[in-house]
Amino acid sequence: MSERENILGRIREALQTKAPFPGVRNETVAPVSAGSPASHAREWLPSVGASIEEQFSLFARNAADLKADFQLFASREELKTALLKLRDAEKWTRVASHGGTLTDYACKTLGLPAMLTDRGYDVQEMEKCDAGISECDALIAQTGGVAVTSRSAGGRALSVLPPHHVVLARREQLVADLPAAFELLRQKYAPDYPSMISFITGPSRTGDIERILVLGAHGPKKLTIMAF
Amino acid sequence: MSTFVSEFKSRAAEKSGDLRLRQFIRTALRGYETARDRRKGAFQSWESARQAAAETKWEAVNHLDTHLESLVAKLEARGTKVHWASTGEQAREIIAQILRDKKARSIIKSKAMTSEEIHLNQALEKEGFTVVESDLGEFIVQLRHEAPYHIVFPSMHLTRDEIRDLFQKELGDVPSNTPEDLTMVARRVMRQKYIAADVGFTGANFAIAESGMISITENEGNARLTAALPKTMITLLGIEKVLPRFADLALFLPMLATAGAGQPMTCYNTMYSGPRQAGECDGPEEWHVVLLDNRRTELLADAEQRDALHCIRCGACLNVCPIFRNVGGHTYGTTYSGPVGSVITPHLRGLQEWKHLSNASSLCGACTEACPVKIDLHHHLLQNRRNASAAEPAFFERLAYQIFGIVANEPKFWWLAKKLGWLTQPLHGAVKGSAIDPAKAWTKTRDLPPMPKETFKDWWRSRK
Repeated sequence: MSERENILGRIREALQTKAPFPGVRNETVAPVSAGSPASHAREWLPSVGASIEEQFSLFARNAADLKADFQLFASREELKTALLKLRDAEKWTRVASHGGTLTDYACKTLGLPAMLTDRGYDVQEMEKCDAGISECDALIAQTGGVAVTSRSAGGRALSVLPPHHVVLARREQLVADLPAAFELLRQKYAPDYPSMISFITGPSRTGDIERILVLGAHGPKKLTIMAF
Repeated sequence: MSTFVSEFKSRAAEKSGDLRLRQFIRTALRGYETARDRRKGAFQSWESARQAAAETKWEAVNHLDTHLESLVAKLEARGTKVHWASTGEQAREIIAQILRDKKARSIIKSKAMTSEEIHLNQALEKEGFTVVESDLGEFIVQLRHEAPYHIVFPSMHLTRDEIRDLFQKELGDVPSNTPEDLTMVARRVMRQKYIAADVGFTGANFAIAESGMISITENEGNARLTAALPKTMITLLGIEKVLPRFADLALFLPMLATAGAGQPMTCYNTMYSGPRQAGECDGPEEWHVVLLDNRRTELLADAEQRDALHCIRCGACLNVCPIFRNVGGHTYGTTYSGPVGSVITPHLRGLQEWKHLSNASSLCGACTEACPVKIDLHHHLLQNRRNASAAEPAFFERLAYQIFGIVANEPKFWWLAKKLGWLTQPLHGAVKGSAIDPAKAWTKTRDLPPMPKETFKDWWRSRK
């Protein structure tokens, strides 16, 4: 008999005895519901305003808490100006990116040598890039983070290897909360999900030395989110 | 007395006497508590979220067979190779065989408590493979050749000076002792190791049955790199890690972050559903997922304590535990320390040898209250005590309680005992706390107040 059958056999035998349902002892909270308890998550997670303006201001506050830089523009021209400002301020000489409507525009605007990941790339080359510029699937007001996938954001490494990750997004990509983000991903991809889906909430960080926050532990030290 | 219990006692005595360390840990955990409470407060209802999380894990664990079959079928359909291991030894052999087949030399690892549980690093190093821990805290304790102090904060017992000295000795020049500089030293060292590594190894926080995904939670980006750069990826996870649905993560990810580190969300929460797929530009060519039982099915068979398999390893129960705070993580001598470690270790490694952990508790219930998936931790500690003494009754303890029962049930005996106690107590002073004191374990560090000559009953009677 294979180990698979052994393990499944032991599980089935163990489950012959029923375990008590959680929260029946001295509880003040009633059982939530049958079926899918987590489907009500929206009612308990941190609240999000109803209007788009409230949600954008919540996103901005959360991003600031996380030490991510969030910039919201009225037009594509403003985005262009901001990108050029960033390029000059950080003295970028080379960026990594991928093919896409927003990223193509950004690469053209920057006028720098750009390493595109779409047809495969050299890791050492990417490591030398000053910034990784990618698109995303969603901005999440509730957390101040973004959702990216290996399909929407130039693969697995682009958003973590270069020292600065720049995310480009359209206003319409803002979703209110995490349940909405998961629903969006499901509708967009299921059942053929990209092999990697990542919720990025702020720049890379660690607190492993005396619980003191340090940014840029392994991933990018800076995260800039630009939307228009 | 087993060696595990005597080691536990001597380490506990030593560590709880280290006032500097205790102060250091207390300060760190106070910061955690403040942040956690702020984040809990942001939830519209943390209590309802806990109940829903408990019910979701209950559903997952109580239908574990069907969820695992769905998970594996979905993973395999996208080209992932799934392995099943009943024991730690089997898991080690499966992993070593993959490395041999790939002719791998260096392995970059992101944090995985399951790998600590099966002592993977030691086994692989013995075979000549180079294993590098990439999580900063794990990297630090690996350089010190010690086990993680805490399941979430592995190096929380070390000061910046100790880490600077360690880095100076092991890695060369270190500019200063600031956490910023030390982190950057580790980042630089690790970058090249990532690019050179043949195999990336990860643990897992959740496995999604519905969509066939492994979800990994981390702050540093080290797991992201581990799953992006090497050509082969291996993931080891306990079979209890399943969640039924993709959307369940919308609840579990913020709860794990809040309970574990007082964050709204951990920096990177990443779901992997396969190796590099057609049309994708990077990622491993091969992905091996190793499912580990290692006596989890024994815990599953104990319906009373089955909810201990709901554990999402957030560490919240450790952080609030007065025992953990004072004796520290290494004292336990187990992979999983703190209240949840005391509950599950007897199931994973033997009740009689590890029952002492269930006694090292004040039963204050802080752990149960902190648990985001509502594991009834402090009652499980009591059940372990009950089960241990039912299986192997402690003869003298039973005798003592039987005698006490007789004395306490008979007013004359009780009166006599009190009088004798009052008469003989002065003699006890001569042997108190010494080797011939029958109550040594208790009196060594405690004083018994002098027994009054007049008992309460006498006083009551004289008042009338």
